[in-house]
Amino acid sequence: MSQLQLCLVLSSFLFCIGLIGAMARSNTILVLLGVELMLNAANINFIAFWRYGPDHAAGTGILFVLFSIAIAASEAAVGLALVIAVYRHQKNIRLQEANRLKG
Amino acid sequence: MYFPASHLWIIPALPLVAAAIGALVPRSGRALASGAAIASMVAAFFVSCLALHTALADPAAHAAHNFAWFDVGSGAMRLGWLLDPLTAFMCVMVTFVSSLIFIFSLGYMKEDANFKQFFCFLSLFAAAMLGLLVANSLLLLFICWELVGLASYLLIGFWFHKPSAAAAAKKAFITTRIGDLGFLIGLLWLYDSTGSLLFFDGGHGVLEAATLTALTGKTLVCCGLTVSTAIGLLIFCGAVGKSGQFPLHVWLPDAMEGPTPVSALIHAATMVAAGVFLIARVYPLMSADQVLANVPLHALTVVAFIGAITALLGACIAVAQNDIKRILAFSTVSQLGYMMLALGVGSWTAAIFHLLTHAFFKALLFLGAGSVIHAAHHEQDIRRLGGLGAKMKITFATFAIGMMALSGVPFLFSGFWSKEGILHAAHEWDVSHLPLYAGLAAVVLTAFYMTRLMAETFFGKSRSHESGHAHENSAVMTVPLVLLAACAILLSLLAWPSPWLQHQLDPSAHSEPGGISLMVLSIVLVAVGIGSGWAIYGRKPRATEASPDPLETAAPDIIAALAARLGFDELYAATVGRLNSGFASLADFMERWIWGGAVTLLARFGEFTGVVNRETDENTLNGGFDSVSHQIRGTGRAYSRAQTGDAHGYMRFIALGFVVLMLFVMLGGSR
Repeated sequence: MSQLQLCLVLSSFLFCIGLIGAMARSNTILVLLGVELMLNAANINFIAFWRYGPDHAAGTGILFVLFSIAIAASEAAVGLALVIAVYRHQKNIRLQEANRLKG
Repeated sequence: MYFPASHLWIIPALPLVAAAIGALVPRSGRALASGAAIASMVAAFFVSCLALHTALADPAAHAAHNFAWFDVGSGAMRLGWLLDPLTAFMCVMVTFVSSLIFIFSLGYMKEDANFKQFFCFLSLFAAAMLGLLVANSLLLLFICWELVGLASYLLIGFWFHKPSAAAAAKKAFITTRIGDLGFLIGLLWLYDSTGSLLFFDGGHGVLEAATLTALTGKTLVCCGLTVSTAIGLLIFCGAVGKSGQFPLHVWLPDAMEGPTPVSALIHAATMVAAGVFLIARVYPLMSADQVLANVPLHALTVVAFIGAITALLGACIAVAQNDIKRILAFSTVSQLGYMMLALGVGSWTAAIFHLLTHAFFKALLFLGAGSVIHAAHHEQDIRRLGGLGAKMKITFATFAIGMMALSGVPFLFSGFWSKEGILHAAHEWDVSHLPLYAGLAAVVLTAFYMTRLMAETFFGKSRSHESGHAHENSAVMTVPLVLLAACAILLSLLAWPSPWLQHQLDPSAHSEPGGISLMVLSIVLVAVGIGSGWAIYGRKPRATEASPDPLETAAPDIIAALAARLGFDELYAATVGRLNSGFASLADFMERWIWGGAVTLLARFGEFTGVVNRETDENTLNGGFDSVSHQIRGTGRAYSRAQTGDAHGYMRFIALGFVVLMLFVMLGGSR
């Protein structure tokens, strides 16, 4: 396997872990953690395609990753703030119980 | 030191600041409010002295400083300050008399709960009065004029819990408003025909030759009056109201319901003189028609006759009054009549001189009366006073000086010289000698009623419990009396040995010494007045408060009529008052039945259309809208089922969707 393929396998693995974590855990913080893992799997893809792609002098992959890290950080801030707000209302952070706005 | 006209605003601004302080401090800030008022007044006095010094350097100049207030249309409404000897003398007089009266009030109002409001109102009054004096625009003068009226209203009704004081305040305000309406119309007319309200404006002001010639050139169609005569008479209406001239004099005696310092300051010394000042200020306008011989009426002729009637009427009524303040009030009416008389016969300088001397000795008399009233526990009826001469020596001596100045006792007292100037001017008048005779008759009466007042109050023996326990007041009240008494004597120096003040006021006027025969005649008349007064009231003092008045037993009908003030109040109540209430009832009837009926009809119609509207709405339109919204609600309910609230479920759908998309991409890619 080439190095690119190895990287893609790694990132797919990471993505699957994140997806399973996000779908299976009921603790909201752990769900957020899973989402972060999926994001970082995508980041690895960016880096890998840039590194082993045709034109790695332009630095496009790194730029994308920097943006995506910044977005991940702000998303984490919003997400944790939501978690705190949820905790204030129902005194726990179980995702299944946060369904007061259902139709 | 040179004082520029552009800085004249300082004089009214000082008491205005004091009024603001008085308005803002809490009720307990008595020392602060009164201190600010007195300090600002004394400061304004010194500034005024400086202004007088500058004005006398060049008496003929009218130093004006004009500025635009706001732009309107293509022009601008302009206001200004004016510095000439007339303004400066008046400012010095007002600030000096006000300072002393403020100090006197410290003692007189000591026990009043609203002490600090009193000083706030007094300062407001002083600010408005000084603004009126320094104004170079008829509009600014009118604004201050109304503010003075407001301050007067507030101060007459200062003891508003007394119904009589509240009624007197209302009466003063409404009566002067009648005159002010004329003033306002005259002002608007003047603006319409000249386009300016500035007095002096480098040749374009309303008191300058070019404008006056234009005004006298125009004639009214209906009665042949020139425009300047008509405007002058309308402005004179304002002066009639403010200066208590016949037929609007009725408010001034009632204004004595206010505290005595207010009577002294506003209703004797300064505010009521504003009307005289106004006519003296617009004298060029008032006298503009004198150059024309063939007009039906000169404005000044009306002024002279109104003044003469007022002088005689006030003096007659004063003879029969028993309240110490009311006697002085009618005396003020009479003296203001003298001033108007002097204006009318063409000697505005004599009028202003009498205004100045009168301000001092009338303030003195009122403060003396205040001192008596304060000492005698608010007893004002002279029949219940008596024998106070021995108990209140300073008040007695100063009051006597004021009385002699008012009566015109010769040579030593300022009142003599100013009154002499007026009689002399009336003698010179070539239209009619009736005003002179009225003035001479008023001289006798003035001396008579003042002698009566002195004899009843200070001589004989005490006739009531209150006056029996009277004693001299503290220095804060007697020192102003002494200072004013000194001024009442020293002001003679302005007229003797030469008429210095009149020359300063109007350098162009030639003043010749008065005839000796007229002077002798008036001295004889004063002697007759005082002698008869003493013969009737002084030689044989009243024994008890109920013992009859000698004059009343001699001519009961006349005295009763005079005591009822010749029925002017009743006359006005029967005519103007009844007309007014009749009109009000008519308006009430119209309102209640005619307009009210129309409005009710309209309302019924509105109600009917409303009912029709509702029926249509409920039965036709509503059904359609109801079924539409029912459908929409059902759709919404169906869609909202998808929102399960299960975050994991959403995620599963996303993942499933992602997989389906990937499958599409892969299968599409292979095609």
